[in-house]
Amino acid sequence: MNRHIPWIFLAIVGASCLAVLATSRGEAVNALWIVCASVSCFLVAYRYYALYIACHVIQLDPNRATPAIYRSDGLDYVPTDRRVLFGHHFAAIAGAGPLVGPVLAAQMGYLPGTLWILCGVVLAGAVQDFMVLFISMRRDGKSLGELVRLEMGALAGTIALAGAFLIMVIILAVLALIVVRALAESPWGMFTVTATIPLALAMGVYTRWIRPGRIGEVSVLGLIGLIAAIFFGQNVAASEVWGPIFIFTPQTLCWILIGYGALASVLPVWLLLAPRDYLSTFLKIGAITALAIGIVVMAPPLRMPALTQFVGGGGPAWSGALFPFLFITIACGAVSGFHALIASGTTPKLIAAETDAPFIGYGAMLMEAFVAIMALVGASILDPGIYFAMNSPAAVLGNDPVSAAHAVTAMGFPISADTLVQTARDVGEHTIISRTGGAPTLAVAMAEIFSHVAGGTAMKAFWYHFAILFEALFILTAVDAGTRAGRFMLQDLIGLAVPSFRAGTSWVPGIVATGICVASWGFFLYQGVTDPLGGVNTLWPVFGISNQMLAAIALMLATAVLFRMKRQRSAWVTVIPTVWLLICTLTAGSLKLLSSDPSVGFLTHAAKFASALDRGEVVAPAKSVADMQAIVFNDRIDAGLCAVFLAVVLSLLFFTIRTCLAALHDPAPSVNESPKQMVPTE
Amino acid sequence: MRMLHTMLRLMVGQPPYEAYLAHMAQRHPSTQPMSRTDFFRNREEARYGSGAGKCC
Repeated sequence: MNRHIPWIFLAIVGASCLAVLATSRGEAVNALWIVCASVSCFLVAYRYYALYIACHVIQLDPNRATPAIYRSDGLDYVPTDRRVLFGHHFAAIAGAGPLVGPVLAAQMGYLPGTLWILCGVVLAGAVQDFMVLFISMRRDGKSLGELVRLEMGALAGTIALAGAFLIMVIILAVLALIVVRALAESPWGMFTVTATIPLALAMGVYTRWIRPGRIGEVSVLGLIGLIAAIFFGQNVAASEVWGPIFIFTPQTLCWILIGYGALASVLPVWLLLAPRDYLSTFLKIGAITALAIGIVVMAPPLRMPALTQFVGGGGPAWSGALFPFLFITIACGAVSGFHALIASGTTPKLIAAETDAPFIGYGAMLMEAFVAIMALVGASILDPGIYFAMNSPAAVLGNDPVSAAHAVTAMGFPISADTLVQTARDVGEHTIISRTGGAPTLAVAMAEIFSHVAGGTAMKAFWYHFAILFEALFILTAVDAGTRAGRFMLQDLIGLAVPSFRAGTSWVPGIVATGICVASWGFFLYQGVTDPLGGVNTLWPVFGISNQMLAAIALMLATAVLFRMKRQRSAWVTVIPTVWLLICTLTAGSLKLLSSDPSVGFLTHAAKFASALDRGEVVAPAKSVADMQAIVFNDRIDAGLCAVFLAVVLSLLFFTIRTCLAALHDPAPSVNESPKQMVPTE
Repeated sequence: MRMLHTMLRLMVGQPPYEAYLAHMAQRHPSTQPMSRTDFFRNREEARYGSGAGKCC
């Protein structure tokens, strides 16, 4: 009993913090209540729920050898210390998603997002990561597509792989869109991000020929270069000659990114991708750590209300009501299907003992949820007036500070035009109005926190551009790496029908697959960039739906595996989150498809514009007939995409039920685990 | 400190060379192991060549 006492105490602390958050109305609540509630909640969940799953649901066996032991090769399969592997796994799962989603979700106030992150990660997200890691670890470290194929049949595997490819396309488009929104019309930001390309090339040459393998050295040199680029960028932006060269419209930037993506993904990896990955990985870990320290030191009050009037729908950053749209807006951070691809990637090949799996699978996801909580805190410590001025579409705000201040004040968040101008000046930008996409908002918040701790107001502009650079850098790395990953997925998929299309036969399929991949995400990026409502509005929900559907697929796989292990009595652990995700994604997907509200349903929106087009009218925000046609076409493509996602998830639901029923009739376990081998005794 | 170094390298896909050497000495004593530089390039290609495991 005694060993439970500290945990009971921790649970009481967490519950008290949550009680403070839930009952405070109208007075300023300190951000540390959220931080404290989350940390207690995560620790208790790890100590009890993760252990329960490990001991009772899947019954991890400390004596059973992992692939890293029985396949040990010193390269891919290496038994790794669990703390080292935790860092590796966390670095692989943490990206831009957990930073952006919570910022967008803050339009409903800080409370709904906080509660969903806490409940979502404990019951769904961390369970998914942990289960997939376990399943892959018992099957030689196979990938998600192979696992679905193995346990649910070839057709189910192919459908899952095709779904994963589409999700990849949407992720790349939405990430690229965030970069476009952050860098358009921002010469300082554009200069620093451009400067990373020659910097990475120089680092690549250094690690290739001058000092091979010296990652630490080259990263320090790169970091010095980055900081110099940020400082120098201020002068470039101010220069009358150089400044205008780095000012791009969103459309131009979109084409530059598409060209960049195509080129970068065929360059040798050591030249650009690897060195920039060093910078973005270390910068990401450093920035997240600094943000955590900054929030604790600054202990800022939350200025966003706990709930805003947009809970019922009609918010400017994204449309739709709390249910189901909050649960797809915060995807990464609460539950992210994409992690299933990582948890069945390199990590299961490195894990040294089965009993390390809860710490790595469940623990690293809790850490990511903590990052999401910090992003939510960041967005909530800003003046809500600034938050809504940054995250509403230009169609709502107009283009000058006076009209924006007027529009935001009319929403019920009073702000003066002077404050908007002054905030932009503080962070070294021309304007902060309608800088949608989440990244600029988070950058303003990070500038606020970092400058409080180091440098004061004079350093705000530096920290803002540091934050933009850090986000842009790892998004660009993800675009580049994701295009390559998408290319291989596509080659595998087409290879099922045309075997000669697989990797390794000739360079032609590689180029073709890369082209298709870039063209696909480029299409959605262009659509988002030219969307009069700002694009994030349209694309982020599609991304959220697709990501949560992948999570549902991973959890359905886990359920099928539990049934086949004859552990169906414990299968509620995965069934509950599966059912919840299915309810959310199927509702959100069908609303996006069929809702009669044109701001939510793609088809209704298309119909509204198509009928106006028939009458020869041009409806705002479109400015020409061509705009109108583009809107109708894009809406129908997006509707088609939602329909495909719905079909993918429903067909996998069918395969899961079929697998589970067959397993129930089977008197013995029928899982396809690799043969059990014992850990060799020393 | 040592562990932090190993962790940071593994974050960018570089497992420890010493573990590789130990593995080769134990399991394949007759095979010449890759040099440190070759090992680095081999792992670099393995991580990024096939589309690195990166998340959104």
